Amino acid sequence: MSEKRTAITINGIVKEFSAGSQMIRVLHGIDAEIRSGELTYLVGESGSGKTTMISIIAGILYPTDGSVSVFGQDIYSLSDNDLVRFRLSNIGFIFQQYNLIPTLTAAENASVPLVAAGMKRDEAVERGRAMLDKLNIADQADKLPRQLSGGQQQRVAIARALVHEPRLVVCDEPTAALDAKSGRRVMDLLREVALAPERTVIIVTHDNRIFDLADRILVMEDGRITHDGKEMPDH
Amino acid sequence: MTWIAIRMLTGDRQKFFGLLFGVAFSALLISQQLTIFINLIERGATAVYNIPTANIWVMDPVSRTPDVALPMPPTALDKVRSVNGVEWASPLLRSGATVRTPEGDLEGVTVVGVDDATLIGLPKKFIQGSREALYEPDAVIIDSVGAAKLFPEGFDPIGVRLELNDRRAVIRGIVDVDPSFTSQVILYTRYSNALAFVPGTRNRMSFVLASASDGLTAKQVTTRITEATGLKARTREEFARDGVDFIIENTGIPVNFGITVALGFIVGVAIVGLTFSLFIRDNIKQFGALKAIGVTNNKIRMMVAAQALLVGLVGYGIGILLAAIFIASGAANSPDFKGFYTPWEIPVLTAFVVMTMILITGWLALRSVLKTEPAEVFR
Ligand SMILES: Nc1ncnc2c1ncn2[C@@H]1O[C@H](COP(=O)(O)OP(=O)(O)O)[C@@H](O)[C@H]1O
Ligand SMILES: [Mg+2]
Repeated sequence: MSEKRTAITINGIVKEFSAGSQMIRVLHGIDAEIRSGELTYLVGESGSGKTTMISIIAGILYPTDGSVSVFGQDIYSLSDNDLVRFRLSNIGFIFQQYNLIPTLTAAENASVPLVAAGMKRDEAVERGRAMLDKLNIADQADKLPRQLSGGQQQRVAIARALVHEPRLVVCDEPTAALDAKSGRRVMDLLREVALAPERTVIIVTHDNRIFDLADRILVMEDGRITHDGKEMPDH
Repeated sequence: MTWIAIRMLTGDRQKFFGLLFGVAFSALLISQQLTIFINLIERGATAVYNIPTANIWVMDPVSRTPDVALPMPPTALDKVRSVNGVEWASPLLRSGATVRTPEGDLEGVTVVGVDDATLIGLPKKFIQGSREALYEPDAVIIDSVGAAKLFPEGFDPIGVRLELNDRRAVIRGIVDVDPSFTSQVILYTRYSNALAFVPGTRNRMSFVLASASDGLTAKQVTTRITEATGLKARTREEFARDGVDFIIENTGIPVNFGITVALGFIVGVAIVGLTFSLFIRDNIKQFGALKAIGVTNNKIRMMVAAQALLVGLVGYGIGILLAAIFIASGAANSPDFKGFYTPWEIPVLTAFVVMTMILITGWLALRSVLKTEPAEVFR
């Protein structure tokens, strides 16, 4: 299993939010290592800190204390602009609400990270189209998001997250807005297309219907990781 | 990223057209009102510019404009003629009077009496009749706007008898002139006739028109005239300006137009500002997603700037075009807008106003985008 190298190292992560005059501690010093070539789930009850944790891992939320190293780069020691560039070339995002641009076609939406990186429009959209093909929705490439079903929109979002071949893909509740069947289909596809030896995929979910697709499950409770294994803990 | 920014905006038809409407409305209102304002106050100068041969106007020291003048004794003419540097001088009478049309309508008119010998002061461009007609008994020549005002459309006024201050006057011609500020009917007649039409004391000469001799500027000669005669002498340009200033200082026109222009700006800022911030609010999740994916704040600024620029340019173009069409068709079809033109300063000024509007609203919109934390898209 030599391909499963440590890709992300999380060290003593603390996160506090201010609530009025008080500071509320949401993450209590989390340590973890996440490997590439695996689908890692972050599960736990609502409010346990999953979204906060994945935001910090993905470099979009500064921790109060601790450090995160992604592919050997201590991301929070980077300047603001360098961190943005690091995200652009290394991380793919999949959001619960898809957050597609409503006036762009599916192929154009899928091309956004390439365009942001400076690629020419035609070439970028062509690559977006090719990515949609891998996700079996090439026939929807010229439609606007509102003409697509939820499952199709999420597949466009997955295409957007993968089109620039990032080494880390993060998803927050990717199936929460979908019915059981399309949620399952989207996750099967995600596993099939996204998973690669050099890629790390982290999925935040509390959707127990898809737990079986995980290579590894980290359970969070009240801002701490309380379980780490291939299966969910027995109660 | 620019094409994405543009597509984000133009794809949202309602808001895009709303924004264009706001900018176009402002640009139209502002440039149209400014154009009318400028043209209207410039009519304070038409009585002067309608006599292109005279580059000097001499008057009583208290006289202010062609219509606000204290008459002088007839001796003033000879005094001016004897000033060294005056090429020629001729009398001009301008006086208010009332006419009664054959239908019995009463109308205020300006009687202009021009030198019997030279007819200096009579406009050159005749629509009907000719200069010679003025030598017929009781002859008057009417201006085209006045004729349109006095008579029904299609009516031929040549030969019509008017009762001018209880005396008989016969219309013998129509001249084409730019209307004056008051748009009063103007009746041109010979000076000797005018003295009969306009009753009064010995002093009835409103102005002495003059020209500077070769080699002297009008300004130099006006100084000499004042020194020699004690009368007020103005160059054509100065006196034209006096007429404009008089309107600015003595009417509510600048304030009224100023208020309309300010309203155009405020309403524009309100419509554009509200619509733009609505557009941003609708797309805030998408902007947040772009920031998370890796679009720098600088690129976000460029995107919003491109959107604002597009709205500004297209809206401004539509507004200015509509204003130009409005003014041009008005000038062609309505005596109220006769001679109206759009000075180049107005589109430039309007462009600055639109730019200010776009900067204010764009900046407000941008602030909320920049404030959005990328982490908020996971919420
Ligand atoms: N920006 C914030 N300000 C204040 N409190 C926050 C903020 N973000 C998250 N929290 C709090 O942190 C806790 C963990 O939230 P979150 O990470 O969203 O949990 P989960 O994703 O597991 O539901 C919750 O109690 C939430 O109210
Ligand atoms: Mg969450």
